[in-house]
This record gives sequence, structure tokens and C-alpha cells, in this order.
Amino acid sequence: MTGSKRILITGLSTYWGGLLARALESEPSVEAIVGVDNEEPSVELERTEYVKVGAQHALLRRVVEAAEIDTVVDTRLVVDSIVTSPRLAHENNVIGTMNLLAACGGPESTVRKFVFKSSTHYYGSNQDDPAFFDETMGRPHPPRTPIERDVLEAEASVAEFADRNPSVSVSTLRFANVLGPDVRTSHIDLMRLPALPMILGFDPRYQFVHEDDVVHALEHVVKNDLPGVYNVAADGVLALSEVAGLLGKPYAPVLPPWGTGLATAVAGRLGVRIPPEMLNQLRFGRGVDNRRFKAAGFEYGATSREAVIGLAEHLRLHPLLREGAGEPYRYEREVEEFLRWSPNVRNSRPKEVAAAMASERSAAEPGSASTASTLSPGPPPPPVDHFDDLEAEEVLPLLGSLERTDLEALREYERGHRARDSVLGAIESHLARPATAS
Amino acid sequence: MPERARTPLSLQERPAEEDGGRSGLPSLRDDDLRRHLPGVEPDRTLTDWGRSERIEGLMDKTLVDFLYRYWFRAEVEGIENVPAAGGALLVSNHSGALPPDATMIAKAIREEHAHPRPLNITVEHFFKGYPGFSMLLPKVGAVAAHPANVHRLLYDEEQLVLVFPEGRKGTEKLYKDRYRLRRFGRGGFVQAAMKARVPIVPVCVVGAEEAAPVFAQFNLLQKLTGLLYVPLTPTFPHLGPLGMLGYLPAKFKLRFLEPIYFDEPGQEDDSSEVQTVAHEVRARIQENLFDMLSKRRSVWFG
Repeated sequence: MTGSKRILITGLSTYWGGLLARALESEPSVEAIVGVDNEEPSVELERTEYVKVGAQHALLRRVVEAAEIDTVVDTRLVVDSIVTSPRLAHENNVIGTMNLLAACGGPESTVRKFVFKSSTHYYGSNQDDPAFFDETMGRPHPPRTPIERDVLEAEASVAEFADRNPSVSVSTLRFANVLGPDVRTSHIDLMRLPALPMILGFDPRYQFVHEDDVVHALEHVVKNDLPGVYNVAADGVLALSEVAGLLGKPYAPVLPPWGTGLATAVAGRLGVRIPPEMLNQLRFGRGVDNRRFKAAGFEYGATSREAVIGLAEHLRLHPLLREGAGEPYRYEREVEEFLRWSPNVRNSRPKEVAAAMASERSAAEPGSASTASTLSPGPPPPPVDHFDDLEAEEVLPLLGSLERTDLEALREYERGHRARDSVLGAIESHLARPATAS
Repeated sequence: MPERARTPLSLQERPAEEDGGRSGLPSLRDDDLRRHLPGVEPDRTLTDWGRSERIEGLMDKTLVDFLYRYWFRAEVEGIENVPAAGGALLVSNHSGALPPDATMIAKAIREEHAHPRPLNITVEHFFKGYPGFSMLLPKVGAVAAHPANVHRLLYDEEQLVLVFPEGRKGTEKLYKDRYRLRRFGRGGFVQAAMKARVPIVPVCVVGAEEAAPVFAQFNLLQKLTGLLYVPLTPTFPHLGPLGMLGYLPAKFKLRFLEPIYFDEPGQEDDSSEVQTVAHEVRARIQENLFDMLSKRRSVWFG
């Protein structure tokens, strides 16, 4: 962790913003997470503070200054015109980015790191593309679709910001097409259809990235100092026919190679929306060179193929799950404020962290001692919340996500308490695995 | 293609090459990203370039095998000049309406070489934009002739790449100009080899000119269809689109010449050096073509 303690996340209501905030919450060295957005967050957050503010420069500046933000993660960029109208997308992508950068820049600004979520739409899809774009390449022709123009303009202002503020470490991540059960993109919409529409006579190459890898990638740049531009796309470039095969669907070359625009207009009338920036990709495809980010220490959880297979499984299961799914999370300001600030709330993690921080500051206790041990003497509690309430089969899936030290602590705890063989065995097997480089 | 169709997993120790202990080339650079190349996914039938083992194997066993063995009765000389490991840039003369020469060179390496290796054939960007071609050509090992593509294949993936520096000018030329090499572009292929620090292997192909002779070019038809060119051949256009495949049974002879190595770094920036090498490669191919033609007794029987 290189000093990212007070983090501002823009676009908190987007899927990425929410999940990134949640991932950073579990990081004890992060003091404060502030999320700004026009809309309310869509995932449940424990200690992230939500401020309802758009991309107004003056207001953002006040938030940044008041909270002494040192790291800004911008996850707002709209890269799919299915989400909103082109005008609103432009407002958000270009004007919003400009305002945010203005709020972060300047000699007296506290911001030391700026992370920008961009898209491989930066490169476009053209006939004379290389098979793998690397970060130094530009697109061979100027963009024709609004979204691609937005991405280019937004990146240009980020690059200019980086030039003007050499003390700020600016990272730009260009993400390939995202796949996953929880996001909605026009490509995933197409994949939901009973057959995968294609342009007759074309079999474009596609590279994807799993939604979890997107969050992990953002987390990786927050935790490490990686100025510069990075392509984020999983290993493996698939042909669209291969994707159809993995989805278990026939591919339907229903779009004509000539007059494709007209045909998509007809398809739009029939309820199949194919936005313009997707049309070129359906024809020429796109592959990017992802090695730079891998060399920077990032490890992908899924290859392109695995991302497609994961989505295929979700699409098959989805109709069955719809009724059983729990209540979706809704942001209620009063409840959130009560949970965060009421003195009557006990036993919640943000409180502990806050208390630990307070005690660290006042008593100047060395190191980052386990937050709980400073609070309660006696045997150390398990590293998993409410561990005592969990049954063995509930514990097992959690183990994979734990760090080595936590696993060891958990093993000690389990030995001293219930000493279930199944749990101990599983912990041993997790510990026996070679430690993966982080 | 049997095995090794996929990108190699990682950079391994380069095996010592047979041709006189030329080891340690190309040397690893600090910013080397080769060990981060994606690994093999065994369940896939396509490579990241879109190459399909299945389709290529099917073509190889049927049409290509028939043409190579029985129709063109190809004869190969100097196959040992193709390195058994590491990248190499093959440079050949080019001719014919729908040129059979690239396929025959690839087949020759597969059939005759001690270590059969896949060959990547560079084609014009045009084909990526033309329906049908766009779908089929990558499946059988064609790659758009972009400098970045050639560099990745040669340097990062250490594969064989075939280029035709004559390009379109070679395939457009008429029967009366047969075996007279056109201009070799601007020497981009030499730069690519120097940058990737791989040898150039010149290749001469005799027979392709007679197998698919072009008597004239239809400029009007070319404009109407949007194709690169519409030639008049013995079977095209009067026998329909498949007439493009109507090859005459000329005897094919292929000769792989001694590789040309580049040792010094930064040579690719020296334009006079690049031009000199380009001329040298062209002269060697031309000279050997005339030599092969002078020894050829019959177009059809060799």
C-alpha cells in the first residue's frame, strides 16, 4: 500500500464503484472512503460515505479538500450507449471528467493519485488494425461513433492533467468488453438472445474481461503505484463463433455485410439494440496486448474463455433464480446514518476500525495491531465475523478468500473451540497450497 | 497442423541452433514482455490469432495435400535453411490470380522439414474487410500485414512468417511479365526482421506463374465488386468464382535460400542499410529464379 489512505470514488452507484468501495473497506490501512454520485449506491456498504453530488467542479473540490482526499478513482465513464442517451453520456464522459480533473488539480491539492477507468473503445475497430493493440498505439482512423469520441476526449483530458500535475500519479486502465452475471452491456444483451447475431461472412475476434477482474484491477492500481496506461483484458482472444459455441447457442449470420446500418435499424425496431460502436466490433473485432498490466503484477482470475463460460452458466441458471433471489439492496439514508454514527450501534466493523484508528492516534500504538485485540483482551477472536454462528459447510467456501495469516489464526481458533475435522482439514489444505504472489 | 499450433506457453531456453552455433539471439531486453504471453488453453481449437487447427487440418488433408502431391508435384530444395526453432521471416516471389504459392510453401515446411512448424502468411488488410475472406483466411493461418503483427509473431512468439514484398504488384502482373520481380516495397520487411533480430530466408517459387496465369485485368469489374483486382485467367471469370481455383497442373519447384542474419541492434533505423539488404534479397531471389528456369525443361513436367 503506497499511502492511499483517503479515497474518493466517483460513480459510486455504478457496479464498479460500489464493488470497489466494498473491496477497499476491508483494507485496514484505508482511513476513509467517500463515494460521490448522482444516484444512490446499489450495493450495501459498511463504512463508505456516500455524498450525493454530480460532477460539479466547485462541489467536488469542496469534498476533496474537506476530506483531504489523496486518491481519486474515477469509475464514471459510460462506454455503452445502451445505458443512457448520447447527450447524457457526453455530458458525463467529457464534461464530467473535465470537472473532476479541475477539482483534483492545482498546486495546493491533496490528491496524489488519480485512477481513470477507460475502455478499449479507445482503439476502435477498423480494417487496418493490428491484431493486438498495445498501450502505445493509437487508432488508425478518427472515431465516428459518439461513445468512441467521448472515450478519446476524456482520455485526452486525463493525459493533459497528468502533464500539468507531475506530482500526481495518473493511471488509466483501458478495459476490454466486460462479461459477468451482474453487469449489463449491449454485448451481454445479445448473448441473452436464443441465437447470437453476426454479420454474414465475418467472424470477429473478441477479448473479454470478467467483472470481478475489473474490480480487482482497480483495487490493484489503488494499492500499487502504477502511473501510465494499461490495457486490462483477459488472456485469450476468441472468435465470435467460438463464443457462440461456449454459450451453447447457434450463431446466426443474420446481418448483411452491406447495408448493415439499415439492418440494425430494423433490428432495433424488433427490440434487438445494436449500438453503433458495437457494429464495427461485430465486423472487425479487436484484440489488445494485456502483458503490460500482467508485468505490473496483476493476475487475472479468469481468461476470456472462462468469463464466457461463467456467463453461459449464469444465463442458464438465471430463469430459475429469479424468484428465489433475495430482496435487492436499497439505499436508505436514515438507516445508513444510524448504522454509521449512532452510539447505540454495537458490534459493527466500521466502529471497530474507527475506534482502532482513534486509539492508534491517541496512544500512538506501534504497527497495525489487529483492530480487535486492542479492544478486547482474552483469546483473539476469529478473523471471520460471526464465525461461531456458521456451520461447517458455510465456512468452507469462505476459506479461499482468506489470507494466510488469517487462515492460521482461524485454525488456532477452531482447535480451541469446536475443533471440527472438516473445517480443520479444509484449512490445512488451503494452507498447503503454494502461496500465490499478490 | 498437429501440435504447436498455439502460442508457446512461455519463453524457454532457446535451443542451440544447428546452423553453426548461433545461440543467444535475440537477446532478452529489460522491457521484455515475452514471458507474459498468454498460456495455452487446451480446450480451445482456435489460437488468439483466430487460426483454427480443425479447419486448417481439414484443408491440409484434402485440397492442399492433393495440390501439393498430385497436381503441382512440388519439389523442394534447401528446406534445411528454414530454422528449426526461433522466429524467421520468409520472403518469396509472388504471382497468380488467387496465389497458390503461399499455401505450397507452408505445406512444404510441414511435409519436408525435420521440425514441421506452422507458417503465418501475411495478407493485405483488405481481406479483413471483405465478407467471407475475413472469416476464412485467419482460420488457415493468414495474418494482416501490419508491422505490429509481424513483430509480435517474429519476436514475441518466435514463429515463422511469410511475406511477399511485391504485394499486390506481384499478383497483378500479367503472364508476359512472369518471373520478373516487381519492386520490393519500401523495405519494411527488412526492418521487421532487423527489429525482431530474426533471419530472413529468401524463397523462390517456380510454377505458380504458369499454374494461374493472368492474361488481363478488368478494371471496371474490379471497381464494381470492390475486390483488389479481377483478373482474366484460363478459368476465370467465365467459370464463376470457383474458377479462381482452377489451377493448371504446372510443376512446382521451391527453393529455400541461405538465411541472412542481422546481429547489430538498431540496424533498422539505418535506412541505407535497410535498402541495401532489401536489394540484396531481391537480387538473390531473382538470380535463383533465373537459375531454376534455365534448368527447367518443361513447364508441366519439370
